Amino acid sequence: MMQDTIGVLALQGAFREHIKSLQRIGIATRKVRLPADLIGLGGLIIPGGESTAIGKLARLYGLLAPLQRLAHSGFPMWGTCAGLILLADRVTHRASDQPLIGGLDIFVSRNYFGRQVNSFETELSVPALAPFSANGEAAFHAVFIRAPAVMSVASGVEVLARLDSAPSGKGVIVAVRQKALLATAFHPELTDDTRFHRYFANLVAAAEQRVDAEIVAAAA
Amino acid sequence: MTATGTFTVKSGLAEMLKGGVIMDVTNAEQAKIAEEAGAVAVMALERVPADIRAQGGVARMSAPEKIVEIMETVTIPVMAKARIGHFVEAQILEALGVDYVDESEVLTPADEAYHINKWDFEIPFVCGARNLGEALRRIGEGAAMIRTKGEAGTGNVVEAVRHARAVLGEIRRLQNMPPEEWMSYAKEIGAPYALVKMVAEAGRLPVVNFAAGGIATPADAAMMMQLGLDGVFVGSGIFKSGNPAVRAKAIVQAVTHYDEPKILAEVSKNLGEAMVGINIDEIPPEQLLAQRGW
Repeated sequence: MMQDTIGVLALQGAFREHIKSLQRIGIATRKVRLPADLIGLGGLIIPGGESTAIGKLARLYGLLAPLQRLAHSGFPMWGTCAGLILLADRVTHRASDQPLIGGLDIFVSRNYFGRQVNSFETELSVPALAPFSANGEAAFHAVFIRAPAVMSVASGVEVLARLDSAPSGKGVIVAVRQKALLATAFHPELTDDTRFHRYFANLVAAAEQRVDAEIVAAAA
Repeated sequence: MTATGTFTVKSGLAEMLKGGVIMDVTNAEQAKIAEEAGAVAVMALERVPADIRAQGGVARMSAPEKIVEIMETVTIPVMAKARIGHFVEAQILEALGVDYVDESEVLTPADEAYHINKWDFEIPFVCGARNLGEALRRIGEGAAMIRTKGEAGTGNVVEAVRHARAVLGEIRRLQNMPPEEWMSYAKEIGAPYALVKMVAEAGRLPVVNFAAGGIATPADAAMMMQLGLDGVFVGSGIFKSGNPAVRAKAIVQAVTHYDEPKILAEVSKNLGEAMVGINIDEIPPEQLLAQRGW
């Protein structure tokens, strides 16, 4: 079987870094700016950036409807930071008129950690990445930039990582998976660590879905 | 284990702004228009550069209450300008919690010999540059983002193009140099050797590089993107034009679809009056803002 191509939504934000990470693990990639760019893809990454700007541009160029349809039909998508916000069903502190894609049955607090002065790097434990580590390690160095966090998840949503140092003490959720939808509040694409990209590539391979022209046309 | 204010975190925010438009605003109402148009951040300042140029006088950091009002109005990052070398204005901006400080030649310099030591701060800085040497001096001082200086408040893109071509051209030249030439080149352009080496090896600046200074139309913005810059600052070009909301939205679309002339043609229609432009050779040399910076 021919290997899947993973698209990266390239309306705004850190899409170049995701493309580089995918290339580093030998995955074919494509920038997605218009609906036709979706056709044939096996998965899509929604990068970090400004969720308001990305959402508005997606709506303006007819991408929002096909993305909403794909997110609800088992198509693999991974959102980092702004992408996590866009994939969430419910978001607090949402700017007026901010479009969302939805699909992940989670409740997200936008800019949970505060402004830039509160942005940070830290070590997380992500057991789901252990199979992708040479030594079976779960530790992952994570970069959080004006980051959101997941306040609650519905049943059927797997929590992949919590941040223990969060003020709540119990640990706030920062990475989740629901079927083929993956979301991280932090930015694996800003580091050299490609384990999350390999984890997502596995979800894409397992889903065996391809965007066909009909889905794109029907949603438009 | 958990660290704030690291260079990764500082330059990381600039990475998230790439492919976006950062708009100059002087009050909350303008900030709202910018956010609704799809700006990735706003830059708070007391007067837009065109007014600073027209009215003269000393241009300073914006009043804190204005900045706070803007921060409370929008959810996107808020940047604010401090005078070159004015480290106390920068301390105040950090205390207010702004997301980025622009140590800017658009304001009247507070120090004619030295820039702010930006390593002293937890919040990141963006600085203007006309060439590679200037860009690397600013990065050496701790800047986590670079922009061309252009010539702010003119609505004339020619200087931004000159500065973008200078920086990108010098990077290309450096890439073709054998390592034994790097030290002399570092001396020639007045840049730290370690950063010259880094640029020679990577073929790019170690931080995000935006266009600024004179961008007034969607075509100007797309041209800067096609030249190879990462995003665009628009100062006077939006709120000194006939229809700010429409023009702001058009420039946002032009930066995303910068290599699609058909889309650019579409978004360039019916924008109303552009800001009145100024020819650079009609400006007395001592009034050129880009020459501020050392």
